[in-house]
Amino acid sequence: MSTNTETEARRGKAPAGERVADWADGRLGIYSLAKSNMRKIFPDHWSFMLGEVCMYSFIIIILTGVYLTLFFHPSMNEVEYHGSYIPLQGQLMSEAFNSTLHISFDVRGGLLIRQIHHWAALIFLAGMFVHMMRVFFTGAFRKPREVNWVFGFLLFVLGMFTGFTGYSLPDDLLSGTGVRFMEGAILSVPIVGTYLSFFLFGGEFPGGDFVARFYSVHILLLPGIMLGLMVAHLILVFYHKHTQFAGPGKTNNNVVGMPLLPVYMAKAGGFFFLVFGVIAAIAAIASINPIWAMGPYRPDMVSTGAQPDWYMGFSEGLIRVMPGWEINLWGHTLVLGVFIPLVIFPLVLVTIAVYPFIESWVTGDRREHHILDRPRNAPTRTAFGAAWISWYFVLLMGGGNDIWATHFHLSINAITWFVRCAFFVVPVLTFVATKRICLGLQRRDKDKVLHGRESGIIKRLPHGEFIEVHEPLSQDALHTLTAHEQYKPAEIGPTVDENGVERKVKGSQKLRAKLSEAYYGEESQIPKPTVEEYKEITSGHGHH
Amino acid sequence: MAALVVLLLALACTGGLYAVFAPASKAQADDTAQSLAIDEGKKLYSVGCASCHGTGGQGTTDGPSLVGVGASAVDFQVGTGRMPAQQPGAQVPKKKVIYTQAEIDQLAAYISSLGAGPAVPSKAQYGPDGADIAKGGELFRTNCAQCHNFTGKGGALTHGKYAPSLEGVDPKHIYEAMQTGPQNMPSFPDTTLSEQNKKDIIAYLNAVNGDETVSNGGLELGGLGPVSEGLFAWIFGLGALIAVAVWVAARTAKAKKS
Amino acid sequence: MSSQDIPEENLPAEQDAHGAVSVADEKNPFADPGLPPHEHRVQDIDERAAKRSERVVAMLFTVSMLATVGFIASYVAIPHDKSIYVFPIGHINALNFALGLTLGLALFAIGAGAVHWARTLMSDVEIADERHPIEASPEVKAKVMADFREGAKESALGRRKLIRNTMFGALALFPLSGVMLLRDLGPLPGTKLRHTLWSKGKLLVNMNTNEPLRASDVAVGSLTFAKPEGLEETDEDFQTQIAKAALMIVRIQPDNIKDKRELAWSHEGIVAYSKICTHVGCPISLYEQQTHHVLCPCHQSTFDLSDGARVIFGPAGHALPQLRIGVNDQGYLEALGDFEEPVGPAFWERG
Repeated sequence: MSTNTETEARRGKAPAGERVADWADGRLGIYSLAKSNMRKIFPDHWSFMLGEVCMYSFIIIILTGVYLTLFFHPSMNEVEYHGSYIPLQGQLMSEAFNSTLHISFDVRGGLLIRQIHHWAALIFLAGMFVHMMRVFFTGAFRKPREVNWVFGFLLFVLGMFTGFTGYSLPDDLLSGTGVRFMEGAILSVPIVGTYLSFFLFGGEFPGGDFVARFYSVHILLLPGIMLGLMVAHLILVFYHKHTQFAGPGKTNNNVVGMPLLPVYMAKAGGFFFLVFGVIAAIAAIASINPIWAMGPYRPDMVSTGAQPDWYMGFSEGLIRVMPGWEINLWGHTLVLGVFIPLVIFPLVLVTIAVYPFIESWVTGDRREHHILDRPRNAPTRTAFGAAWISWYFVLLMGGGNDIWATHFHLSINAITWFVRCAFFVVPVLTFVATKRICLGLQRRDKDKVLHGRESGIIKRLPHGEFIEVHEPLSQDALHTLTAHEQYKPAEIGPTVDENGVERKVKGSQKLRAKLSEAYYGEESQIPKPTVEEYKEITSGHGHH
Repeated sequence: MAALVVLLLALACTGGLYAVFAPASKAQADDTAQSLAIDEGKKLYSVGCASCHGTGGQGTTDGPSLVGVGASAVDFQVGTGRMPAQQPGAQVPKKKVIYTQAEIDQLAAYISSLGAGPAVPSKAQYGPDGADIAKGGELFRTNCAQCHNFTGKGGALTHGKYAPSLEGVDPKHIYEAMQTGPQNMPSFPDTTLSEQNKKDIIAYLNAVNGDETVSNGGLELGGLGPVSEGLFAWIFGLGALIAVAVWVAARTAKAKKS
Repeated sequence: MSSQDIPEENLPAEQDAHGAVSVADEKNPFADPGLPPHEHRVQDIDERAAKRSERVVAMLFTVSMLATVGFIASYVAIPHDKSIYVFPIGHINALNFALGLTLGLALFAIGAGAVHWARTLMSDVEIADERHPIEASPEVKAKVMADFREGAKESALGRRKLIRNTMFGALALFPLSGVMLLRDLGPLPGTKLRHTLWSKGKLLVNMNTNEPLRASDVAVGSLTFAKPEGLEETDEDFQTQIAKAALMIVRIQPDNIKDKRELAWSHEGIVAYSKICTHVGCPISLYEQQTHHVLCPCHQSTFDLSDGARVIFGPAGHALPQLRIGVNDQGYLEALGDFEEPVGPAFWERG
């Protein structure tokens, strides 16, 4: 074979691979595509791989999901169970539940694939959460990447709902309780709630339709949209080129790292197998959603510890801590106790999603940013993000209040009251604390630049004083620590011009000036060291 | 040494002989044994229980009346160590049992002499023979799971009270708890949850939460559902993947300069 | 509001675009010293180390092949219902464990091999790639705008208003067909949520025994669940009917019942409440027989069954509906009508 191609090549003919590529280029134009992408540079940093964790777990979910569809029956017809799991034999259950038991007990490897599918889903959502926070805290959402931030956010939200619909499919007692909760939440919508619920469930709850309907949403509609968004997300990552942290040789106009071919082809390709391997091992070791232990769904049965999967946990927290307000007027009921949480639920998510646009409005900065911020150098943003996370996690805690109660011997009522207060208090405290920590770190950086690094060497001076020797930083370190930009607060300018005529200032302008002051005023950032300061200190004292 | 072995053998033989012949004489001695047990039980009661439940079991502000609770309730409360209670709290927890089974039986005999109540169930009642596990599962999900979780891992109630885990609990005690409704647990008397129903429930629990229960998927993670699964996914799932990512992205060690 | 009205000098200075010289800059000690020179790895200068790396990578790929063989062997050899004890996991399914670990190892070893290869044997010289602004140059923009104007003009959309308006009308209307098609997703609610299977004279059937309940069966402190007579698990609409009709029966000493109507609707202290939470419909039934409180396991709404089942904690908005019960001549408990208010979660038309 090889001698064959060699002889052909010697005769002046291109090798087989090249000929195939030529064929494809003539039809698809692959050479032009490869020209800009084959040696595309990707910077090395572990946090830049979080997005890959998401992408790979999504691919794993699709692969395993396709396998599961080969055995799953999305039907709510009642059948009697005669499979190999003894504690359910002879029980009435829907075909959906029956086929899930079949996958778990009678299809060899079926349980493994089910568990990989579900673990990958939990990790997918957790990965998206962490990836989103990485992008947030490093300011990677700034121009030109706002659109990609929105794509990513949509992927997270759609991922939540894809997960929820999938979790409901086996029609087990736990997920059925979740679907019932959803029905109750829809009923609370003023005016149209009852109609929406009847249309969704094909009549009264639970009816015989929702598994089939959720099935097409779960395996086709939502993942289809997500796949499209993910491809767009990825194209934009290629198009914008990856961001990088400041450092020697790294500027806003370049990207420093390793080429796609061969290093990232091997690293990213290999990482797919690593992710798949880890998830497969987890699915071998740890059980997830053992539906046989929960039993088939019946609307008159329930178990304590009824929670959704973690990504829906914050909505569970919202609904658990809300006081039971209800207004009855003119023959109608406004179920605020359910409807308010239903409204806050998207608001929690939207709060973080719109932040990039608010920040860009406050800074008025229209330049492209490819150098990442260290979180400490954007104290207000970092404090906002930390406050949001604390808010989210307070609600997540609230969603598991019964589990905390039993495992830490607390009163469930006390936890609920704690979460009710913490909902308002904890984000504020987190904001203040985070901002102070950031400023402290900025001061330390400044100190390091001006006075050098603490070497740990103690020296005694001739007159008896002890001092610690500070080593001056290398130019690399000096550059890295001073590379960040610092904004000045926006000013409205004089409200009266030189002729004494009052200028009209819009409310939005005033708000913006105020916000800008809060972001970049004296209390919100430590001025970074200047060359003059550095020179004065180094020349004045010499090096300690 | 040999003497010791002989002595032990002799003791074992006498014990065996007694066991063989005792039942014959037992019938005659039954009434006396019964009243003896009541007397002994009364003594134990006045030392260990009367301060809260009153000298005649009529109850005080510190403890409920025991008239008519039956031997089953005593066997459950004392046999699981809940009674005597140690300190006030939302709920009296399970503790180390401080009475021997013989003493518990004497206490039970005394309490049932105060007023008729459910008797201690026999092994035939809570044993696995003739039980329908699947029916037990359905009954468990209808009557028990709302407090004790799908497979009896326990759960929270109001103001610090809780439904305890049923793991490793003696089937007899489970039966007694259903019969008598200890503390805040409602009772499930035979009139509404038949003896067969109770047997089925116990058999189901043994199948899904016994020593030999197979957790097919692997680590059970407490059997608590999505909260522990979510924690596991974050800490071990994402944690492991981040550790791998750090390795993938880290710089390879450089050759040392000489 | 545009952002152009922020004075340019308030924006921080752009960074130096060019990589500065790598020696310490006397004038500006903070200047970018440029990319540090490449340092060699052991594998770059020592062929023996490189060979070692090669062997490690090859070994990992071999491990993967062996693991795949192990996967196939496990699939064929291990019965699907065999359990094993693995410390510290416990009793688990042997096949799931074997398949998962071999698959995991096979995949992980491929990944580890590829990454080790990339890290130790492929070039680790950092390369800088230029970035170009995403925005098009003004000339390109001008060309696009001109093209667009040309195209718009040629379409005559602005001039021929009639075409434009009718086209917008047609495009706006046609999706209505799609909306119409959704109408038959479900029937209209009507008053379905207001009625359950309960009616006068229907016996209360014990869920556990499937026998009608007698008043004498229900002891103080006990908890029983009931369904209406005639509703069987095998019925086609069982799930939908039980979702509304499920009943929770407790007996409270009549002296302890605080609510007058509750007492009147009970039979000698036996009260029947809807089992469906008024919050979002979980079957509520965590009954504490000493406090008479009943807690919902889903969202912790707590109701006081001795006081008309009013809400004493949690997110539920109103009391659990009570079913009026009595006994018939044979001593069986029976309903004296349907619930007087809708059971389950509140909704707009509930009133």
